[in-house]
Amino acid sequence: MTLRYLLEKEFKQFFRNPFLPKLVLAFPVLIMLVIPWIMTMDIKNIGVTVVNHDSGGAAERLIRKIETSEYFILNGVEHDYEEALTALEYAKTDAIVEIPADFDRRLTTEGSAPVQVSINAVNDMKGALGANYLGALCNEFSRETLGGAVGQGGAAAAPKIEIVTQNRYNPYLDYKMFMIPALMVIVLLLLGGFLPALNIVGEKEKGTIEQINITPVSKFTFIFAKLIPYWVMGLLVLSVCMLLAWLVYGLAPQGNVGIIYLFSVLFILAVSGFGLIVSNYSDTMQQAMFVMFFFMLIFMLMSGLLTPLRSMPDWAQYMTVINPPRYYIEMMRMVYLKGGMLADLQTQLWALVAIDAVLGTWAVLSYRKRE
Amino acid sequence: MTEVSVREIFKSYGKVEALRGVSFEAERGELFGIIGPDGAGKSTLFRILTTLLVADSGSATVAGHDVVKEYNAIRACVGYMPGRFSLYQDLTVEENMEFFASVFGTTVEENYDLVADIYRQIEPFKKRKAGKLSGGMKQKLALSCAMIHRPRVLFLDEPTTGVDPVSRKEFWQMLGRLKEEGITIVVSTPYMDEASLCDRIALIMEGRFIGIDTPRGIVAQYGAPLYAVRADRRGGLLNDLRGMEELEACYAFGNEVHITAKQESAETERRVAEALAAKGYGDVEVRRIEPTVEDCFMKLSRR
Repeated sequence: MTLRYLLEKEFKQFFRNPFLPKLVLAFPVLIMLVIPWIMTMDIKNIGVTVVNHDSGGAAERLIRKIETSEYFILNGVEHDYEEALTALEYAKTDAIVEIPADFDRRLTTEGSAPVQVSINAVNDMKGALGANYLGALCNEFSRETLGGAVGQGGAAAAPKIEIVTQNRYNPYLDYKMFMIPALMVIVLLLLGGFLPALNIVGEKEKGTIEQINITPVSKFTFIFAKLIPYWVMGLLVLSVCMLLAWLVYGLAPQGNVGIIYLFSVLFILAVSGFGLIVSNYSDTMQQAMFVMFFFMLIFMLMSGLLTPLRSMPDWAQYMTVINPPRYYIEMMRMVYLKGGMLADLQTQLWALVAIDAVLGTWAVLSYRKRE
Repeated sequence: MTEVSVREIFKSYGKVEALRGVSFEAERGELFGIIGPDGAGKSTLFRILTTLLVADSGSATVAGHDVVKEYNAIRACVGYMPGRFSLYQDLTVEENMEFFASVFGTTVEENYDLVADIYRQIEPFKKRKAGKLSGGMKQKLALSCAMIHRPRVLFLDEPTTGVDPVSRKEFWQMLGRLKEEGITIVVSTPYMDEASLCDRIALIMEGRFIGIDTPRGIVAQYGAPLYAVRADRRGGLLNDLRGMEELEACYAFGNEVHITAKQESAETERRVAEALAAKGYGDVEVRRIEPTVEDCFMKLSRR
């Protein structure tokens, strides 16, 4: 009964806030519309400078091939390696492809010819991928060239293994498809974590908590009344995100939407519970804010959101066991992209239930009605 | 019947000793005032009695319940109005009333008769948000909310601080009426003039009670003859008076200086006036006055 009045009060306060309702609506929309285009790890537009010492047709064809590739931008063809290197040093180009003087001749007579690739690897991801792409491009080139010249020279028909990759679950390797479910997690993590963190400490700053503390309202009822609004808000925000993902990016969950909602209820409880704990221990909003920033960063970086968990050192992997977003992100990607079923997600489910039990109890206990 | 009983309460915040052994008792239906300057420990005492804070040592009972062991019972039967306005500013007058009634498990209608006198004055603004009320109206709303569950004991921490003189007067009249309902009221104030409106007062300073009595009793304890001195120049007057051998105490009081003599003498008035005239003060006026609670406070706090 009391819970009802407390809830009524929370909702009234939320909707009367001149800023919060707008934030809760605008934040997911903005994240969903803008960030998928920005957070892409597809490497495109690698600048290439070719140093060509050969005047033959094969060299010319290779240059043409680089130029027409969607991954590369041809920054020019030089005759002097030093000049190209200067361009690389000044970051005017990302890679240098040097074609030797006897490229054409060796290719036709010996069936193979070296090409040197120098690449700027300051950004190691870009460097490695660029080198890979260039390698693949050269392979393709040699296949085309030699394929047309079989039997001509002494080119031994060496047995070769051709690798055909089939990209499961995300056939076009679209990074957006990988990121969108994760972005939904970020939205829920930020809104569901920060708003509760600022709530109780806000009542402390305004002094209203004293009036509540002298009432017979139980700790449990009070904390529960603080949690429910974030549940409602979180599920609403999630629905907005999922709708946008479908309308804008054509991405709909492969699996059961019910699973997503089930996990979301558990996940919001975990992050909001955590926010309330921080709020209970803080004396000022500023303090609550900084503590939350600190933990949110850890939550995000250790969740497998950006970097795979498996490539982290063992100790870090053990730490992620208590990180709620880790399980939620795994679930999201599994259900969204692979069509995972509840049976496949037992670990994630029970881990979240356990985390909820701990954080929920802690949130109630850390709220002290007297000092 | 004792409604509030406090025994040797001590409380310190780190090195700061807020309360250093405070004891008093308030009877049922009594208006008990705790008078003292800012930082004397008034709010700490209130927070202990309303179960928001636990004392380091000492014991207290409110409405027959121990403040530490039976805090739940106390929460149901006391009303507390903190010094700082702490209702929900973003809820309306009406919503605040209904909210506090419901968290105490009652309704506004049920106890309307108790708060009617006060609430009627702010009822025309019941759709207004609490944060948009004037200072006096805020206090009336806070009092209404603190009483809506018909508490046995009401704790009011500086209810009139920052309120205009007219509203202050009204407020004290309302307290008088609540007392008649049999509600025990413990009220704190830094205003000495409000002390005389209480049944009994305790003067508090630096965490200690320096006197507990009826306002009349406190004044009667004053003893020494008290004079008010006035002259055309105020600069230096206090220092010149302090330099006089026969005076015991001198302190500024409004635009006058209050003095007490070491010995009762009919000559004091004349001698002080002459001494001041000799120092070049004009329009010197020295007259015998009745001490007020503030004079008593000044005297007691000097000890």
